Amino acid sequence: MANTPEDLAYTKDHEWIRTKEDLARVGITDYAQKQLGDVVYVELPKPGDRFEATEPFGSVESVKAVSEIYMPITGSVVEVNESLNDSPERINEDPYGDGWLIVVKMENPAQTDGLLTSAEYEDYIKAEAGE
Amino acid sequence: MLKRTALFEAQLALGGRMIDFAGWEMAVQFSGPTQEHMAVRGAAGLFDVSHMGEIEVQGSGALDLLQRLTTNDVGRLQDNQVQYSMLTTPDGGIIDDLLIYRISQEYYLLVVNAANTEKDFNWIKDQGAYTNAEVHNTSAGYVLLALQGPLAERILQDLTDHMLDRIPYYWSQRVMIDGCDCRVSRTGYTGEDGFEIFCGASHARHLWNRLLVTGHPLGLLPCGLAARNTLRLEASFRLWGNDMDETTTPVEAGLGWAVKLGKGDFIGREVIERQKREGVARKLAGFVVEDRAPARDGYPITVDGQEIGVVNSGSPAPYLKKNIGMAYVPVQYAVPGTLVEIGVRGRPVPARIAEMPFYKRGRRFD
Repeated sequence: MANTPEDLAYTKDHEWIRTKEDLARVGITDYAQKQLGDVVYVELPKPGDRFEATEPFGSVESVKAVSEIYMPITGSVVEVNESLNDSPERINEDPYGDGWLIVVKMENPAQTDGLLTSAEYEDYIKAEAGE
Repeated sequence: MLKRTALFEAQLALGGRMIDFAGWEMAVQFSGPTQEHMAVRGAAGLFDVSHMGEIEVQGSGALDLLQRLTTNDVGRLQDNQVQYSMLTTPDGGIIDDLLIYRISQEYYLLVVNAANTEKDFNWIKDQGAYTNAEVHNTSAGYVLLALQGPLAERILQDLTDHMLDRIPYYWSQRVMIDGCDCRVSRTGYTGEDGFEIFCGASHARHLWNRLLVTGHPLGLLPCGLAARNTLRLEASFRLWGNDMDETTTPVEAGLGWAVKLGKGDFIGREVIERQKREGVARKLAGFVVEDRAPARDGYPITVDGQEIGVVNSGSPAPYLKKNIGMAYVPVQYAVPGTLVEIGVRGRPVPARIAEMPFYKRGRRFD
């Protein structure tokens, strides 16, 4: 069973965000990394790049596939997890910790109200897995 | 409605993730492509490849028919010997690649790609009309397992009295395995030593389970199509549909070694003979990406901003820990060491043409 910490918010595209004032740290969920398998390459934006909510901002690649990653909220990138260039496996090992992807300065923190809680996300992945 | 092999439920129970492949519901992975890939390189892996097609050609005209339809020299085969070959069009295009098993002088078993089984069967049957050869599509009657890896022989030997070390590379034997009547060949699609095992559907689950249990302590893993693909790419085996099809010839695909012009006439000979003599304009070349970004199927390849080809097969290579691939490029670029660029979602990434095979297993000294 996938791990879904209660203090995070989630998207249906399997990203998580952790907010602090107007900053949001973004990553992919434990469920997503398990589905992907061993991550071998990550493509991330540059600090300063701006994205709308639901826009793709990068990609995560496993041996067998490329998966786009989508912005949970509108904002500009302020920090990128450069360590993933050399150690993309951190996404598998610690998706909610060392495997984080970017930090975003949110334009409208109220947007997070539209995201899923951990309980809602768990229901969502159960339904998806049952398909 | 997707077809299922006799091992569908057994694979589901092992956690196999099933996908649609050539009309079959097949396991793409179990524990994960990287782990499975490494198990095959270091120990052993077990694959259900029952989706592969079987076509049997029998009768006094069987040899003549196969000589006319395929590029390799079937006349050189002895009973139980196996041969890699191709079916080609009159233009020299590759209809399919296949293995030909000589069971006896008048009885041959052809193993073809799943996606091409019907097409191949109809082609062979039509070409064989009015000859003394009977052609049957017997795919439904076979389960095919691939047991691959350096420990494959040791694992299989535990389940049979037949001395497996007497089956050389590209030979087969009828072998009793744990009470099941099988045909076993020392063949595979991974670049490792190993066997392909034909058996009837009624024995499939028993054999599958026995091989898993016997191999488990030695590191054997059940493997899916994802690992099968990365293993074959490291070993530089071409995949029909990716690296060859009816628009490419054996010479362009680098499979000229499986064409024997000395055997006489065959369909496609004229074009292939000319290409062997005069050369070709493009060739399938291997490349290694000099970047962390993997090259994937369909990515453009450029030199000085000019597109010279697209990636036919591209993937991270789990054992070599490089991003590798194959692509058709004009011959002047198909030289190891040549620098090209691959467009990774708009970003040009350097890659170098490389010798194939990328991976060659070490000699066994035991």
